[in-house]
Amino acid sequence: MQRLATAFAIAMVLAFGAQAASAQTLKAVQDRGQLVCGGNGTLAGFGMPDPQGNWVGFDVDFCRAIAAAIFNDTKKVKFVPLTTANRFTALQSGEIDLLARNTTWTMSRDTTLGLDFAGVTYYDGQGFMVRKSLNVKSALELSDAAVCVQQGTTTELNLADYFRANRMSLKTVTFATANEAVRAYDTGRCDAYTTDASGLYGERLRLADPSAHIVLPEIISKEPLAPVVRQGDDTWEDLVRWTHEAMLNAEELGITQQNVDDMLKSNSPDVRRLLGAEGQFGQSIGLTNDWAYRIIKAVGNYGESFERNVGQGSPLKIARGLNALWTKGGLQYGLPVR
Amino acid sequence: MVAADRIYLREAPAKLLPAPVASTGVVGWVRANLFSSPGNIALTIICAALIVWIVPPLLRFFFFDAVWSGADREACLPSAQNPEPGACWAFIRAWSSYFTYGFYPLGERWRVDLFFFLLAFGIAWLAWLGAPRRDIGAIYFFIVLPILSYVLLSGVPIIGLPDVPTSLWGGILVTIVVATVGIVASLPLGILLALGRRSEMPAVRLFSVTFIEFVRGVPLITVLFMASVMLPLFVPDRLAPDKLVRALIGVALFASAYMAEVVRGGLLSIPRGQYEAAQALALPYWRMMALVILPQALRVTLPNIVNTFIGLFKDTTLVFIVGIFDFLRTIEAARGDPHWATPITSVTGYAFAAVFYFVCCYGMSRYSRNVEARLARAHRR
Repeated sequence: MQRLATAFAIAMVLAFGAQAASAQTLKAVQDRGQLVCGGNGTLAGFGMPDPQGNWVGFDVDFCRAIAAAIFNDTKKVKFVPLTTANRFTALQSGEIDLLARNTTWTMSRDTTLGLDFAGVTYYDGQGFMVRKSLNVKSALELSDAAVCVQQGTTTELNLADYFRANRMSLKTVTFATANEAVRAYDTGRCDAYTTDASGLYGERLRLADPSAHIVLPEIISKEPLAPVVRQGDDTWEDLVRWTHEAMLNAEELGITQQNVDDMLKSNSPDVRRLLGAEGQFGQSIGLTNDWAYRIIKAVGNYGESFERNVGQGSPLKIARGLNALWTKGGLQYGLPVR
Repeated sequence: MVAADRIYLREAPAKLLPAPVASTGVVGWVRANLFSSPGNIALTIICAALIVWIVPPLLRFFFFDAVWSGADREACLPSAQNPEPGACWAFIRAWSSYFTYGFYPLGERWRVDLFFFLLAFGIAWLAWLGAPRRDIGAIYFFIVLPILSYVLLSGVPIIGLPDVPTSLWGGILVTIVVATVGIVASLPLGILLALGRRSEMPAVRLFSVTFIEFVRGVPLITVLFMASVMLPLFVPDRLAPDKLVRALIGVALFASAYMAEVVRGGLLSIPRGQYEAAQALALPYWRMMALVILPQALRVTLPNIVNTFIGLFKDTTLVFIVGIFDFLRTIEAARGDPHWATPITSVTGYAFAAVFYFVCCYGMSRYSRNVEARLARAHRR
């Protein structure tokens, strides 16, 4: 139903001609005095409100970083909560400037929707959670196990693919919502529960006894989550992409929210270029040269944002894993600012 | 002493004997109402079993085992004192301001409180039959209150109330605004459409029929989806109405189509003689409708009208599809909070929502029953 609705909406947009993405997004944002960012609204750690009604999360921080780069004010962001069904139409119709809503970068989305993905901010993938008492150490031992899964998602398809590829027999128990699936798993209707690894940690907290469950090491699908912009506005895409790269570079260079002012006096050419003490890098994306300084000062580097929202500083306690820096065995690799 | 001579005469009436025990008091009531026939006995036993089966666990969940205070999820996890915790009210408490105001700025929330008060005041004025000057009450409710609410909630920077864009509204505030606007707008619109559908002017009739049938033939969710997703494609960004306004218009139009059919049902129940009598008195169309036909028709359909209102109140939850955080959606958002994630957090959230919707809808239903009873009394004479 949701997918049909999406397909319908997208077809309508294409049929009626999406407004050609103006190459003026940055100017529009500056004139408006506010960045409009599409977010999730209900995903713990990535984008949801806190009890005071402030948006918090990893994707939210990314939008705040862009606001810091443009306005030097992380409050100048308006968040629009979007569903999986209406997230792309909201971007195509110009309702939002940027979509940062745990969206997987796939070829079909990149090539057919009139949208562009600007750098992978989070490498996610589908994982399994099982009871410790089951004594399963690997997903490959799950043959004949009953697996709870949300129906109509790519998760369900990946699950079938994985079991078929490994010649295991699969018994799925499907549910309309993730909530029902977790409840069913918790009450013992299935042996395993599967969804994106980032979600598994949040769901585990909702179980009666979280410590009795483990997340298996296998990641059976690639879910690179990326911010999305409209195709055709390269300046804006550059700005979004390099905001992410700046946060990565800051972590590689050891620049943190605390020490960024001291780092301004650093002699390292890499640090000086990133913080705008040398070169004209900010101007090349339509901003002032201290753009990255403002991002780090306001939001921190990539690692700080990660740990604060989903890592050790949060109840989710997700390990860095694939999202560690390339120097530490992960995939996050800051492109050089020079 | 006359009395002494006629001792066979009673001086006081005989003492009344109580009715047989079996037909009075608790026992009598029970026998007459609960155990009067085999069928009744069976029903009584089934109902009693249901009550015993359902009520104690509910009480346990809602009150006895509930967690009333705490700082985070630890409070609502099973512990030695409370091995099977019930509702986690501490979670509702921690999030209550978000459930009420959504993203409304902290410093401006007194405006929402004032709006709730003004609205409650207006409703009480109109609903309490003994209230003084209910005509002024009506003016207040239908003219003054909407303007005041707009000024308060949306803000007028000139008089020192900063703008609060509707994207920041949420929670109970949005639910109440959508429901109130829908209810207040749909009744007059519905009456007009119903009259239009029965009108003798073909253009008016055609318009009414088309509108009613078209709107009734489309699910509300589609109307909202079209309003939020398709409209921005046709109308330039600056001219497109606010998202909440779009939803309000969608809900109001949708409800008025249903209301039109409800009112039409009432109109059909009025005998032809009433129209003819009114015409014989030379009443023009509008006065005939206002003085003779509609008062009777609306009285007949009152249960259906309230039914539509209650349905509308619950339909307001659909505005989440256009990204508006109504009350239910705020609960759905909050239940993902990892600081409060426990097995009972979601259940608690939905239980709280159920209580809220039940209280509102049951209130409407009770009030309409009172009005019905009063109108029926007047009719009986």
